[in-house]
Amino acid sequence: MTRALAALGLLLVLAATPAFAVSNPSEMLANPVLEKRAEAIGMQLRCLVCQNESIEQSDATLAAQLRGIVRRRVLAGWSDRRIIDWMVARYGNFVRLKPPFDPMTYVLWGAPAIALAVGGAAVALARRRHPVGPDPLSPAEQRRLADLLK
Amino acid sequence: MDATTRRRLLMAAPLGIAAVGSGLFWTLLARMQQGTYDPHALKSMLIGKPLPTFSLPGQPPSAGFANTDVTAGKLPALVNFFASWCVPCIEESPTLMALQAKGVPIWGIAYKDSVAATTRFLNTRGNPYLRVARDADGRTAINFGLYGVPETYVVDRTGIVRLRYAGGLSEDSVRNTLAPLLAKLA
Repeated sequence: MTRALAALGLLLVLAATPAFAVSNPSEMLANPVLEKRAEAIGMQLRCLVCQNESIEQSDATLAAQLRGIVRRRVLAGWSDRRIIDWMVARYGNFVRLKPPFDPMTYVLWGAPAIALAVGGAAVALARRRHPVGPDPLSPAEQRRLADLLK
Repeated sequence: MDATTRRRLLMAAPLGIAAVGSGLFWTLLARMQQGTYDPHALKSMLIGKPLPTFSLPGQPPSAGFANTDVTAGKLPALVNFFASWCVPCIEESPTLMALQAKGVPIWGIAYKDSVAATTRFLNTRGNPYLRVARDADGRTAINFGLYGVPETYVVDRTGIVRLRYAGGLSEDSVRNTLAPLLAKLA
């Protein structure tokens, strides 16, 4: 019981919040609602320097600068969409951690469906090749089997 | 096709796939070594578009410049972001000097650097630039979509960006990438 509780506690701690690099309180907006929005936007934007972290998680100076830009634009009343578009206009769709559904990413987003179709086709093909087992034994064969097993 | 041939084919399939895969992988590594493929390189949003609007102060004694100055020459030109604190910038400086000697106009932008450090850098490494401007806070760089220094942008005679080269230029990258493009644009 205690062990289960400890495990649950650990899980909660690990799952609680992603590690934010915004450790410097002077970077954060005073208004918690706006700060939360800025964080949510920042979490969707890739740090171009480390490439696998969001700008909220990265310690790179460029990421810090982009965080500042997001926050100033949030304060200025820009919509999330407009801020992200501003970034995309400069850095391309690569800056978005969640790529949009467009011709470049059809294969990416369609991958699960494609995998399912290929797997389904393979199963169907295998089924067709070995349709059903042999015919059931005739009464004569069953008698013979019974004799043999005696 | 009888059962044995089919079985043999099935057995050979993984080997075949592995062979094709390693062939592709080998090409990839070879191209990375040649410098013709960089997995971290990003496609610039500026390609096919005019330079972003900017007007930057000069690094004394150079006058500053604006995007319109770069295109006023009606010649293909390079815009090179550099910094004294960046090692690849030091490495690429002989290559830039060689390009300048060949008559390629190069516009320098000192990225997030002090006047004194930039002066020292230009004095020791040479100054291949037509003019040097200062982007002290890096805001112009963000409008370029810059994600590190050095970065070099090739602008054609009509002022359209044709190439972004991220990272230090070398003899190889000039021979394989830059020189053919400049020849085409000339």
